[in-house]
Amino acid sequence: MVPVSYYLALSAILFGLGVVGFVLRRDVVTIFMCIELMLNAVNLAFVAFAYVWQQLNAHVFVFFVIVVAAAEAAVGLAIIIMVYRNRASLNVERVNLMKW
Amino acid sequence: MTPEAILFFVFGGLAVLGALNLILQRHPIHSALSLILVMASLAVLYLLLGAEFIAAIQVIVYAGAIMVLFVFVIMLLNAGEEERTNLSRTAKYLGVPLGGLLLIELAYLVYWGSPHTVVQPDRFVGRTGLVGELLFKDFVLPFELTSILILIAILGAIVLAKKEL
Repeated sequence: MVPVSYYLALSAILFGLGVVGFVLRRDVVTIFMCIELMLNAVNLAFVAFAYVWQQLNAHVFVFFVIVVAAAEAAVGLAIIIMVYRNRASLNVERVNLMKW
Repeated sequence: MTPEAILFFVFGGLAVLGALNLILQRHPIHSALSLILVMASLAVLYLLLGAEFIAAIQVIVYAGAIMVLFVFVIMLLNAGEEERTNLSRTAKYLGVPLGGLLLIELAYLVYWGSPHTVVQPDRFVGRTGLVGELLFKDFVLPFELTSILILIAILGAIVLAKKEL
């Protein structure tokens, strides 16, 4: 018997790790994977709250989050391929054309 | 400890370890494989929370399709180890403390604000049929709109990844 708050704590830990990785890593693909990690953490919180209030709507929301994540992954990875073709590097510090 | 608690601690621990490994590994393919581990363990947690449909699409769509896309791109670009660069000053002096602050804030909210429901097996099962009924009755317009979103995403990915624009 695990309280729901444990699931929410796990979701918070995963989200925090995603934010830390997003800030610290320099590789575009890894940064993108950290975003996916954050989306997963939010999905876990959604499903935990669905359990608390016995509502299925949250499951539909998680479904939409996964659909949007799939679309985002397709477009984002295409952008990464473009950046790599132009810069020959995956390091975000080399993509500084619009940096102030 | 009940079997559910053991399952939660084993797979929750695996998820946290995988996430740590994801941000500590220097090679993107190792990060991708640890992210697959995180997603697979989250699918087990969804099953414990009674979300059968979500657990299935977590494995099929997330750990299957999306991560295969990631691994393909990593192999296609022949991405090597991340080169070591000094962290930018903004990231070091602002990002790390703010990340810690976010963690403390989340811990506070979870500690004080979360409901005291205890997860019991078979109390709530999000059966696929019920989710489908909701999806095609109450959420039919968003569902149709996502198909347009996916179509635009496919077109955008093809146009962006084409050799000549």
